[in-house]
Amino acid sequence: MAQPLVKKDDDRDDEADYSPFLGIEKGAVLQEARVFNDPQLDPRRCSQVITKLLYLLNQGETFTKVEATEVFFAVTKLFQSKDIGLRRMVYVMIKELSPSADEVIIVTSSLMKDMTSKTDMYRANAIRVLCRITDGTLLTQIERYLKQAIVDKNPVVASAALVSGIHLLQTNPEIVKRWSNEVQEAVQSRAALVQFHALALLHQIRQNDRLAVNKLVSSLTKGSVRSPLAQCLLIRYTSQVIRESANNNQAGDRPFYDFLEGCLRHKAEMVIFEAARAITELNGVTSRELTPAITVLQLFLSSSKPVLRFAAVRTLNKVAMTHPVAVTNCNIDMESLISDQNRSIATLAITTLLKTGNESSVDRLMKQITNFMSDIADEFKIVVVEAIRSLCLKFPLKHRSLMNFLSNILREEGGFEYKKAIVDSIVILIRDIPEAKESGLLHLCEFIEDCEFTYLSTQILHFLGIEGPKTSDPSKYIRYIYNRVHLENATVRAGAVSTLAKFGAMVDTLKPRVFVLLRRCLFDNDDEVRDRATLYINTLGGDGAVVETGEDVKEFLFGSLDIPLVNLENSLKNYEPSEESFDINSVPKEVKTQPLAEKKAPGKKPTGLGASPAGPPSTVDAYEKLLSSIPEFANFGKLFKSSAPVELTEAETEYAVNVVKHIFDGHVVFQYNCTNTIPEQLLENVTVIVDASEAEEFAEVASKPLRSLPYDSPGQTFVAFEKPEGVPAVGKFSNMLRFIVKEVDPSTGEAEDDGVEDEYQLEELEVVAADYMLKVGVSNFRNAWETMDADCERVDEYGLGPRESLAEAVNAVINLLGMQPCEGTEVVPNNSRSHTCLLSGVYIGNVKVLVRLQFGLDGPKDVAMKLAVRSEDEAVSDAIHEIVASG
Amino acid sequence: MELCPTIKNILLLDSEGKRIAVKYYSDDWPTNAAKEAFEKAVFTKTQKTNARTEAEITMFDNYIVVYKFVQDLHFFVTGGENENEIILATVLQGFFDAVGLLLRGTEDKKEALENLDLILLCLDEIVDGGIILETDANVIAGKVDSHSMDAGAPLSEQTITQALATAREHLTRSLLK
Repeated sequence: MAQPLVKKDDDRDDEADYSPFLGIEKGAVLQEARVFNDPQLDPRRCSQVITKLLYLLNQGETFTKVEATEVFFAVTKLFQSKDIGLRRMVYVMIKELSPSADEVIIVTSSLMKDMTSKTDMYRANAIRVLCRITDGTLLTQIERYLKQAIVDKNPVVASAALVSGIHLLQTNPEIVKRWSNEVQEAVQSRAALVQFHALALLHQIRQNDRLAVNKLVSSLTKGSVRSPLAQCLLIRYTSQVIRESANNNQAGDRPFYDFLEGCLRHKAEMVIFEAARAITELNGVTSRELTPAITVLQLFLSSSKPVLRFAAVRTLNKVAMTHPVAVTNCNIDMESLISDQNRSIATLAITTLLKTGNESSVDRLMKQITNFMSDIADEFKIVVVEAIRSLCLKFPLKHRSLMNFLSNILREEGGFEYKKAIVDSIVILIRDIPEAKESGLLHLCEFIEDCEFTYLSTQILHFLGIEGPKTSDPSKYIRYIYNRVHLENATVRAGAVSTLAKFGAMVDTLKPRVFVLLRRCLFDNDDEVRDRATLYINTLGGDGAVVETGEDVKEFLFGSLDIPLVNLENSLKNYEPSEESFDINSVPKEVKTQPLAEKKAPGKKPTGLGASPAGPPSTVDAYEKLLSSIPEFANFGKLFKSSAPVELTEAETEYAVNVVKHIFDGHVVFQYNCTNTIPEQLLENVTVIVDASEAEEFAEVASKPLRSLPYDSPGQTFVAFEKPEGVPAVGKFSNMLRFIVKEVDPSTGEAEDDGVEDEYQLEELEVVAADYMLKVGVSNFRNAWETMDADCERVDEYGLGPRESLAEAVNAVINLLGMQPCEGTEVVPNNSRSHTCLLSGVYIGNVKVLVRLQFGLDGPKDVAMKLAVRSEDEAVSDAIHEIVASG
Repeated sequence: MELCPTIKNILLLDSEGKRIAVKYYSDDWPTNAAKEAFEKAVFTKTQKTNARTEAEITMFDNYIVVYKFVQDLHFFVTGGENENEIILATVLQGFFDAVGLLLRGTEDKKEALENLDLILLCLDEIVDGGIILETDANVIAGKVDSHSMDAGAPLSEQTITQALATAREHLTRSLLK
């Protein structure tokens, strides 16, 4: 056998598993650390031992207090050695051990000696170590040296002092602020990184002084900052200044924009990108301002470096949310990124394209995405599915190809979350686009033929039960549903039985056939399935003849359970089997916690991959359920609209209260969601006293107090008003929270028996015209407009006075009317002098309303508007004009 | 937005995702378990990608991670979701090249572990408490590799001893095989 010629390679193969730390043990290494105490130090050996100790710490090993102290004292002995390499290891080791205050004293003198040493490396590192472990008292002693170090001619030393200053500013701001003269000098340093560190520190010292920051920025933007990193910092400070001065600078060019634009021609990519990003994030950026930034980002899109492509596509993705038109120029480059090796980049490119795409490009895009979908991970697929869903809602005419795409990917391999996202999307599309219903339902039927997720199967069966009977040919779904009874597990079988029964109840002609099928289910081997079948056969009645189903049976089958499931669960758990049967009426109907009104987390805004518009909220159902469970409000009829929660208290007050306005035909109910943020208090009998003296048409008819409001568990109290039926009455209401407060012993959580009555002033609340308008979109505005009677059209012109921008005026009118913008017309292209916005909605009394708004700039800032309204009732058309006229 | 560019962590893992040297500058991962979980997630997410010629990038859990591989060494630099990706990539490149210089071209796990002291010093020179200290690989490597004695030590003598010690070690190892 031939010997390998290359000795070194042979070496490697045999020792593939060799590691200098193989079998290393903490105890043994601590023993080894005794060499630190040798009178004759062996620097090499000591370095090795320190490396081993650091290795252990790095692997997640921890030292006990005693061990750490021992090591620390031993390490301090090593200051005797003059070996630079060893000294460096000592510095790192001391930082890792983070010694306690009394231990710090031991090394202070050694470190101070190093700080004044002639060796630059010693000075720089000693500063960093000492500043890391020191406290305020010691700092005053070394302050003099630090100030010197900041202007040291060795850049490493200066940087060390400056970076330490940045850290120390958090703990000892008053000391660090005294260094600003030296720091200012360092900003002028010729060394790139010193400049960067000095600028960072100087800005932090002055960050609360807006004027000083302003001065700093304007002087530096004129000069030449050498370091790219410092230039990035300057860009960030500049955009901060622009943000803060936005309100004072109404007219003229944006200050410092030229500087940002100039940075787009910098030679360092990080600066170019930083500037481009800063421009795209400017408040109310115009398309003229945006163009140069988009151009450089577009160049990045075809870079060979994945990092540049990612950075650019991520930024453009964000821009596409607000300025889709500005990004369309990059579409060709984006399309080539769909095949990018880096799947993050590809996904961002696709979602950007979906946002900027227009109706005509949808089909081509879908073709490209289909190839792409097969080789990305589920998490990316979910992002794409959500983007497609919003695209479909935007272009309802394209529902056929988009729905086909969804059903295709539904048939492919995928995990639960992914499939759930697809099914949810299809369900939403079926709800919102009536034309898509039949094909969507069939896709879902096909999916459950071969679905491995019980949860999804039952959800779809339930949905089929509700939507299927309303279609033109309900019988075609029966086969799919009955197949489930044969082939699935017990849970799905039971769901299928319920769905069958719903078809039987709703479609009288199908009833006899459903009966036959249900009878077969009586022989199922699962109790639940048999029970359900028996129950439905009896409730449907009529022995399988073609007869109409009674109203109460329908109510039983389709009505929702008006009891919160949590409460039912609790009551069932408390129920002890006895002679007395369980009474469902004994279950409290009050909703204990209110997850709907949860304050929106002030969390991060969704960006990048996570960025996708959430699906339409389905809170209305939940509100309806909640209100109908309260007997006082049960006869108010159908809930027309519930507003979004309006805060009635400032953030971080003792009691947090927000209100939801529920509009009924002849009533208005205010739902006050209250949270008690004081642990030592229990509030009882909480009500809101509403003064409706400024709302003449409203009369209070009922109020429902909240019995008890413990700390940190939200509760609701309601007040109901009567108002003239069908009339959009408006008014102002002032609110006062009244309650009995009881002290709570924080240790036991027991409340005292006696309470004190107290009041708490809340902010005012208004019922406005927009509260009577439901946001309901139309898929084709022009068709809808044409089909409406032109006799009911009302046209008038309004001057809106000086406005900040056209977009602002458009938004103001949309908010005033509370209508749904159609076909993306709420977005005003930058710099346009005129704009047409299409709105649609349903006014109280179920009157469809369409609005066409034409805006034009009249003079520099004055906005004029032409308002054309068509509705099914001319009185409503007039009412809309009145809203605008009085708004 | 964080005004000063901030590095959340720097990781050097092997081809099985095990730690060679890591450094965390942020409290986002308070325990060792949290750190290991993060490393595992980063590793599994990136292991199949080809980050050998150009640095690659990914985003998850609201972090941006840039990474580059050579042999069985996997380099990572993590920043917040709003960080300038190119700055992160510059730090990564500085670390990557500095390690290359320090290991004198033989960049693999074995060599890295044998010179772990240099790698740890290298990390120490790149970032201090999340703030970028230096990104130029030559400067970083230069600062780490200054194995000379300081002015007071008997220079010639020391280096000869060192050389002998190294030679002896290599000899013993090859004899023991």
